[in-house]
Amino acid sequence: MLSTVHHHRALLLHRRPRLILPPKTLRLLTPKCLFTSQALTHHPPPPTDATAAATSSSPPTSQILSIRHALLSRQLTAVEITESYLTRLRAAEPRVRSFLHVTEEENVFRAAEEVDRKIERNEEVGLLAGVLVGVKDNICTADMPSTAGSRVLEGYKPPFDATAVRKVRELGGILVGKTNLDEFGMGSTTEGSAFQVTANPWDESCVPGGSSGGSAAAVSARQCVVSLGSDTGGSVRQPASFCGVVGLKPTYGRVSRYGLVAYASSLDVIGCFGTSVADAGVLLHAISGHDTFDATSSKREVPDFTSLFTSSNNLKPRPLQGLRVGIIRETLEDGVDAAVISSIRAAASHLEDLGCSVTEVSLPSFSLGLPAYYVLASSESSSNLSRYDGVRYGQQVAADELTSLYGGSRARGFGAEVKRRILMGTYALSAGYYDAYYKRAQQVRTLVKKSFKAALDENDILISPAAPSAAYKIGEKKNDPLAMYAGDIMTVSIHLSVNVNLAGLPALVLPCGFAEGGRAGLPIGLQMIGPAFDEVWNKFSA
Amino acid sequence: MASLLYRVLQIRPFRICLSPLITKKTGVFYVTSKCLQTRSLAQEKPQSQAKVSTRNHDKGLDKIFQNYEAVIGIETHVQLSTLTKAFCGCAYNYGSQPNTNICPVCMGLPGALPVLNSKVIEFAVKLGLALNCKLSLNSKFDRKQYFYPDLPKGYQISQFDIPIATNGYIDLDLPVELGGGHRRFGITRVHMEEDAGKLLHSEGGTYSQVDLNRAGVPLLEIVSEPDMRNGIEAAEYGAELQRLVRYLGVSNGNMQEGSLRCDVNISVRPIGQSEFGTKVEIKNLNSFSSISRAIDYEIARQAELHSQGLGDQIVQETRLWEEGAQKTVTMRKKEGLSDYRYFPEPDLQEVILTEEYVASIHDSLPELPEMKRKRYEQLGLSMQDVIFLANDVNVADFFDATLAMGAEAKLAANWIMGDVAAYMKNEKVSISEIKLTPNELAQLIDSIKSGTISGKIGKEVPSSSLAALSRNHMTSSSLPTGIYHNILTITDPAEIEKIIDKVLAANPKQIEQYRGGKTKLQGFFAGQVMKESKGKANPGLLNKILLEKLNAKS
Repeated sequence: MLSTVHHHRALLLHRRPRLILPPKTLRLLTPKCLFTSQALTHHPPPPTDATAAATSSSPPTSQILSIRHALLSRQLTAVEITESYLTRLRAAEPRVRSFLHVTEEENVFRAAEEVDRKIERNEEVGLLAGVLVGVKDNICTADMPSTAGSRVLEGYKPPFDATAVRKVRELGGILVGKTNLDEFGMGSTTEGSAFQVTANPWDESCVPGGSSGGSAAAVSARQCVVSLGSDTGGSVRQPASFCGVVGLKPTYGRVSRYGLVAYASSLDVIGCFGTSVADAGVLLHAISGHDTFDATSSKREVPDFTSLFTSSNNLKPRPLQGLRVGIIRETLEDGVDAAVISSIRAAASHLEDLGCSVTEVSLPSFSLGLPAYYVLASSESSSNLSRYDGVRYGQQVAADELTSLYGGSRARGFGAEVKRRILMGTYALSAGYYDAYYKRAQQVRTLVKKSFKAALDENDILISPAAPSAAYKIGEKKNDPLAMYAGDIMTVSIHLSVNVNLAGLPALVLPCGFAEGGRAGLPIGLQMIGPAFDEVWNKFSA
Repeated sequence: MASLLYRVLQIRPFRICLSPLITKKTGVFYVTSKCLQTRSLAQEKPQSQAKVSTRNHDKGLDKIFQNYEAVIGIETHVQLSTLTKAFCGCAYNYGSQPNTNICPVCMGLPGALPVLNSKVIEFAVKLGLALNCKLSLNSKFDRKQYFYPDLPKGYQISQFDIPIATNGYIDLDLPVELGGGHRRFGITRVHMEEDAGKLLHSEGGTYSQVDLNRAGVPLLEIVSEPDMRNGIEAAEYGAELQRLVRYLGVSNGNMQEGSLRCDVNISVRPIGQSEFGTKVEIKNLNSFSSISRAIDYEIARQAELHSQGLGDQIVQETRLWEEGAQKTVTMRKKEGLSDYRYFPEPDLQEVILTEEYVASIHDSLPELPEMKRKRYEQLGLSMQDVIFLANDVNVADFFDATLAMGAEAKLAANWIMGDVAAYMKNEKVSISEIKLTPNELAQLIDSIKSGTISGKIGKEVPSSSLAALSRNHMTSSSLPTGIYHNILTITDPAEIEKIIDKVLAANPKQIEQYRGGKTKLQGFFAGQVMKESKGKANPGLLNKILLEKLNAKS
């Protein structure tokens, strides 16, 4: 039998031959190029359906749209599609270990049968009908455990669906399981899970990144079509980069956080993984919008992202003519691997070929972002994690009196990284330190926002690497947690991401090249940052 | 919500036993359980505006009192009577079965988020304006963090450095029987926050249970300046706040249900000394009279220690008022300041008020107790009348409505404070429950005044006839005939009985026949009695008493 990775690569090569490409063929990975595949325009319009117009004009490089087309044209049934994904899931799972919980098969098939029945009766089905969706385990699901990767919530089943999950289900999406993560989203390797370590499908000795490592690996290994993750300081974008998939961090407030287990409330967003920009866009569209259960969710209208994609037929030779692209100088300095820098530069020159004007921009406050992020995120997490006291739910340690109950439950329930951040946050919020840390960090945040705003006034989008390197070895940065922590602070590793969270901006990560490693090299991601509520690909609409 | 609840119930029963985790070893728990017991024994009648009672001071203490001065400030928590809780859609009904008004938000489940109930802002602005405060057009919520089993999120959503209202005052008039006089007490701040749940301690003290019904119920915390000097002033301050929230309709102000809770800070210093003495906090004050008595006890205790040169034995601590023993006892000593690690609540937007919004609320405010009292005073009423009438917003409304129908103020006040009040007291009803309308009262007063009903009859109308008056189904259109009818009807059972006795005594034969089985004769007797009373006997009473008499074995 082939190894998981082989299997995975074989799949990729079979289904999407153009996904794995050397850096120079970047053009195929840019949004414009997603629609150049000629085969796609040959599909006849779906026989029935309200969204026929949308589907016919959008080329189905999107797996979601392909599935939709196959279902509505009666080429495949949802049960057949489900069967093929479940087969891959089962085959890959022992080596990749993306999932903390896989939905009972009969439940998955029951949902698939329901979709088939509806199609048989010519009833309208949602845009995600028959689409298998993985959900990060810090997003609440009513019929499955939701542990956030922590012992403290081992066995906990929420009584409600997160708003994003509810919307996915309402549109016919089928939840295939709960994906692994660093405990409460605190980490960037998924080694911080209390339950298991997830492997990178491109090289199983490497980490998938984190904290949404399970969601990224599951999509990369085609264990599901798309998945939901969460991004507090790069937790969608960095694993997307490591696993060679598209990762989308929406604007803060675009997607309801109701049901997302809080890590740092003012930074947390639910994000999307897919194998194409279109899939990430369709999923984002499905889960976006104001929610009366989240006071921080935006009332801004949600544009129909999918209608913004243009058929390749309509594209001019220089489709991106006039688009101003700023390449962030601070993200291409010391601490970033040469392969990453060259991939990004190649991407930039390709964008120029497509008609963009590319200039270097400087974000002077960039280096301040990381310490500010750590102060704010750990402060908020120290507060958000107070509820895990063992009294109402989750693991409880028997004790003679209250303080020992609290202490015991929390000592046993939380992992080392979580404890470290709670301690840091508690310290930063303590009387006498508040002004020096928390308040100052908020001031820095304002500066970061301003400097992004200035850069985005001059440019339509900003680009940078999604991570300073490709995926590294499992255990490489875990052996000494303190060193890893210090390493994080010393390198620019999460500088690249956290500044975007501080500013609340949307960002998209696309595979743009490969570094050495694995059998075919390890993927490198390009980050595109747009203005608030202008999720990046809007710029690529005609 | 119901299905959610059901699900949670399946996951983990609500009967959360911390057994044997929370034992009475910890002082706080011991105290809380005491507190609950004492609360259930509290005597205050719901919805009654409690009056501050006087206390006879010990003569010796009075002497000590003369040399010392108390400085008193009060923190009051008012539970708002919004339809739903502060941050979720749950209702709150006092006395519901434990854990029946809860949802993922007020239980603090992972992933649940608070969403502010806009009524909370409206009520806070109302009270802020009524307390003459400066409103913060930009305020925010903060998290106050501490661990306790009744606090499901591990933090309380509150307001820290920017409360919604600051720097106001409250005016009040002390009751005449307590010495009288006008007072103005400063208000430091008013802020919004959420209530915590309740711990229920088992009989044996081996385990405790958590009831989260109250968790997330909106509160306004009102902090006074340290402007009060004795128990009466403090209690009257509390009573005036209660009047205010009831006038505004923002809370039922009921102390026994915990809708209005006062914590008192008190220090005592020798007169002439400029720095404050050591501050002591008193909790578990379930009525205004207990506020007054607890403070006077505490002043006496501290003054006595000072006078014996033992002032250093007064330590910064929280003391509990024990209703049974009528004294304060140590609950916990302060071990340095607790650090609540406040920071801005990231799950909620800032609270931004527009000038127009504040102005519209200002314009919608009802006439407040102080304004009412001033107006009544200008009507020429005595201070005693003024305080009585303005005490209960419903009584004041009744009085005002009677005036609006043209009644003379003094006469209307006399009727309401006299017969109406006596009737309400006897029947244990509130003014909104009696059938007498302000219109009827005004017409009655007018009839007496104009002589349609002679002053004599008017004067003879006993309060019992008012009772009948209010119980009878009279419509305004039947007046004044209705009034005549009722006033001229004999409704006094004793008087009817007298007439019946007279009739029975005059007809011994018929009684014998009746008791022999000729019960139809009842009609005969009734006719005789009615005749004797010149048609004025109340027929219902007549028949009731007559039957009793006839059927009694003589």
